[in-house]
Amino acid sequence: MYLLALDLWLIVEKAVLIFCIIGLSFFIAMYTTLAERKVAAWMQDRRGPSRAGPWGIFQPLADGGKLFFKEEIIPLASSKFLFILGPAMAMTTALLTSAVIPWGGNLHLFGRDISLQIADINIGILYIFGVVSLGVYGIMIGGWASNNKFSLLAAIRGASQMISYELAMGLALIAVLMLTGTLQMSGIVGNQMTGNNLWHIFLQPLGFIIFFVCALAECNRTPFDLPEAENELNFGYHQEYSSMKLGFYLFAEYINMFISSAVMATLFFGGYDILPFVDETKWGLSENMLTILGFCALMAKTFFFLFVFIWIRWTIPRFRYDQLMALGWKKLIPLALANMIITAAVILWLKK
Amino acid sequence: MQLTNRATAVDRRPMNTLEKIYLWNILKGMAVTFKHMFKKRPTINYPEQKRPFSQVFRGLHVLNRDAEGRENCTACGLCAVACPAEAITMEAAERLPGEEHLYREEKYAAKYEINMLRCIFCGLCEEACPKDAIYLSQTFAPANYGRKGFIYKKEDLLIPHPVNEPEAYKKALGEKAALKN
Repeated sequence: MYLLALDLWLIVEKAVLIFCIIGLSFFIAMYTTLAERKVAAWMQDRRGPSRAGPWGIFQPLADGGKLFFKEEIIPLASSKFLFILGPAMAMTTALLTSAVIPWGGNLHLFGRDISLQIADINIGILYIFGVVSLGVYGIMIGGWASNNKFSLLAAIRGASQMISYELAMGLALIAVLMLTGTLQMSGIVGNQMTGNNLWHIFLQPLGFIIFFVCALAECNRTPFDLPEAENELNFGYHQEYSSMKLGFYLFAEYINMFISSAVMATLFFGGYDILPFVDETKWGLSENMLTILGFCALMAKTFFFLFVFIWIRWTIPRFRYDQLMALGWKKLIPLALANMIITAAVILWLKK
Repeated sequence: MQLTNRATAVDRRPMNTLEKIYLWNILKGMAVTFKHMFKKRPTINYPEQKRPFSQVFRGLHVLNRDAEGRENCTACGLCAVACPAEAITMEAAERLPGEEHLYREEKYAAKYEINMLRCIFCGLCEEACPKDAIYLSQTFAPANYGRKGFIYKKEDLLIPHPVNEPEAYKKALGEKAALKN
């Protein structure tokens, strides 16, 4: 009868949630830049930024301010519209992914059940894959519009790398999807919270490793940061960019890192499940409390993955281009396929 | 010919299966970087913390005064002759009647310049000086925007007046002078 009758409070609730999550993404991406510099310093026996505020906690603000006040240069020979579209695409796609991640259970507030997920669509993981693939356009458009050989080369590298690694990533994921039988993100988390709270990492360790390696490649992080290889391609696809457009590219990378960490935590480490093998509902805590604790647990897992991302960056040198392709096509894809078939066989065998 | 026993032969064996998987070696590398996170850092937070100079450190020059605040230098030019970098120039002048409280002897340096960009801080000027008028302190020349700023005039080099500014004088003397006395 009232097909279009919208619940006004639902809109308010979702709007607030969207603001919170985008704000959170920005905030965490900001501080990941600081964490990156600090961890890099510690691993190299240095101290890292320490001048802006105590322990340098205002360093991201200083960096952001610097980027804002720098001169904005659009090269004369560039395609102006695409030149501006590139970083905008990168940023938008980075932020879009956060829409389907379940950040926590339900909150009871003002007599309403508020889900800490912006959109619980039934093709959640597919949506993430779709949006992540769009991220290629940010790099490709930016690199191409710059009208610079190095940028173009880097963009082509980036595009081929992301497309190659998406395959292995998808195949690794299929094994997880066969376990859960759903594409819905909340369903995948729910599957890890029911029964004996078995996280998918215990069932799919190989799948996780493949997924993690591919996530590194998707985020253009070391050892797969060929698109921005400084010593070969000057600065990669964002060489011609300056000021906040460059900032958007760099920032999008950190948001991507944050989101992919959250996705990994959701898919393999139980999402907002606090502990494996433990039924949290028996602790006798109120649902709101559990939700908040669960959110904190998810954040803790995400931060751990962010740390691993940074840790890997300051440990491993960059792959060569042919090594990258060989690893992607000759090793990860067959491994992922084998993993998928074995999982399928075991599932069929157990159901018999 | 073997020069030292520190050389190790390069391992050129083909990679074994464990090494071909990369992951094991990557984890080993990550363990190394992780260990470094907890090592003591040798960095000194410079403006707050300063590295102590050694007792024999030769830094910025100081032109000395005697206890009454009269300049020791007689512009004899021995320091300029001794200077291997030719960093010192000076012009002598005769003390006029009524200037006895300014200069200790009848001749004094009207102009005395040291080019800190040329100076190698060898301390030979200090050795050459018969009047104990110049010595090297325990500070160094601070950074400057231009070359001109590194040519230190007499005003820059003279030690503070011991009677008029005793505090600054004591500070300028530093540990080294205290050690000498």
